[in-house]
Parts: sequence; structure tokens; C-alpha cells
Amino acid sequence: MHFLAMGGYAAYVWPAYALTFIVLGGLLAWSLGSYRRHRRELERLQGRDEP
Amino acid sequence: MSLHRFANPARFMRLSAALLPWCSAAAAALIAIGLYLALFVAPPDYQQGEAVRIMFVHVPSAWMASFVYALIAVASAVALIWRHPLADIAAQGAAPLGAGFTLLCLVTGSLWGERMWGTWWVWDARLTSVLVLFFLYLGYLALVNAFDDPGRGARAGAILALVGIVNLPIIKFSVDWWHTLHQPASVFRLGGPTIAAAMLWPLLVMAVGFMLFFFALLMIRMRTTLMAAKIRALRLAEIDRLAAARRPAAAS
Repeated sequence: MHFLAMGGYAAYVWPAYALTFIVLGGLLAWSLGSYRRHRRELERLQGRDEP
Repeated sequence: MSLHRFANPARFMRLSAALLPWCSAAAAALIAIGLYLALFVAPPDYQQGEAVRIMFVHVPSAWMASFVYALIAVASAVALIWRHPLADIAAQGAAPLGAGFTLLCLVTGSLWGERMWGTWWVWDARLTSVLVLFFLYLGYLALVNAFDDPGRGARAGAILALVGIVNLPIIKFSVDWWHTLHQPASVFRLGGPTIAAAMLWPLLVMAVGFMLFFFALLMIRMRTTLMAAKIRALRLAEIDRLAAARRPAAAS
């Protein structure tokens, strides 16, 4: 509890960390999602070419 | 049309496939260690108390905001001068990440400033020049996507990125050239850091973690762009094949 209170600055410290998590996590999820979609599509196209 | 233009992306795909797992793992480990050091180990500041912990996300974001822009400018120069096929892809892959770091820098700084300066925002040199950096990122992204011909978009974006580089020294030296609320540099300065070692270490670990996170994401994004180009080429080849298969039938 003492830790979470951040010496009275909880309302400033935690939003800063939460926002960092949201922005960096969002960029990661967006980039990784697009990467996986493209890889699946590429495998589909190349798999169909092979036979 | 020489072969090396195609060999380079192929080599990049191989190299990035080998580097990506290590880069991602190192980024995750350093950010985890950095968070632990920043939240549990680093001491509270004698003036700012626990609010100083905002520094451990604010300062690495600020460094990355400028670093990523410099990288985009260098890649843009390479793209304009040598027409290296990966340079535009790198610049465009990096831009949303740089915009994200700049946004983080601005908002975490605002949270910190409200407590320590008593205001969310002031139009002083450091804050304004970083806001300009954020708009340069947004302008670059808008410009690159504004043309039907991606090549023209890339060239226009590259020129904007190069013009905008004058903003980087303004950001760096704004705290020395003008009176501002923002403190002057306490890490990268002549005569060495003035920040206490117990705070410098967590800060550096977080900064290297952010840097590796950026490079891992940049590799993922560049690989995505190259895969998209391959997908387009395969689809076009398929259309050609179908058209060729239909032609004799139509002629008979």
C-alpha cells in the first residue's frame, strides 16, 4: 500500500507508467498483428503455387 | 536493373530472422529489469520524492524520440541519394514508433511538470520544439501516404524528414540557449553526468531496453513491408497466369 501511494504522487507516477505500457504495447500488438496476417497470406500463396 | 537491389532485401530477411529472437528477448529482459530498478531500487529524490520515478519512462522516451527521427533522416538521405531499396522501408517503418515515443515524452513530461512546476504545459523552447517534433512525425506519415504513387510519397516524405532535422539540435540545446522551465542536460553533458549513480543505472537500463524494443519492432515492421511486396508480386503473377491460360480458349 505504501508502495502504491508513491509518496502522494500516485496520481502522476502510475498514469505515466500506464500510458507507457499502453503506447508501447499498442505499437507492439499492431505491428505483430500485421506481421502475422502477412505471413499467413504469404504462406497461403506460396503453398498454393508449389503443387 | 541490377541484381543487388533484390539481394539486399533477401539478405535483410535472413539477417533479421536471426537477430529478431535475441533482440526481442534482450529488450523484454532489460525493460523488466529496468522497471524493477526504477520502481523498487532507485531512491526517491530529495526534492521531488517519488515523483522522480516518472523520469525513468520520460527520459528514455525523449531520447528515443530524437534518435528515431535522426535515423529516419539518415535513411531518407540514403533513399534519396543511393536509392537503396531498404532505406525508405526503414524510414517508414520507424516513423509510427518515433511518433509513439514523442507522444509518451510529451504526456509523461506533462504529468511530471504538473507536480514539479505546477503546470501541465508551458510554451517554452524545450516543450515547444518537442511538440514540433511530434508534428514532424505526423506530417511525415501523412505525406508518405498522400500520393497514389508510393514512390512519390516516399520522396516527398524523405525531403520533409531531411528539412525537419534542423529541429534536433534545437531540441538538444533549447535548455542552454533559452530560459526554460525544463532542466538542462544531466546525463549527456560535458564533464559527465550530474545525476546520482543510483538513478543513472536504472535510467540507462531502461534506455537500452527501449532502444532494443525499437529495433525489434522496426525489424518486424520492415519484414512485414517486404512480405507485402512479395504478396503483391505473387498475386500479379497469378493474374498473368490466369490471363494467359484464358487467351488460347478465347482465340479458338
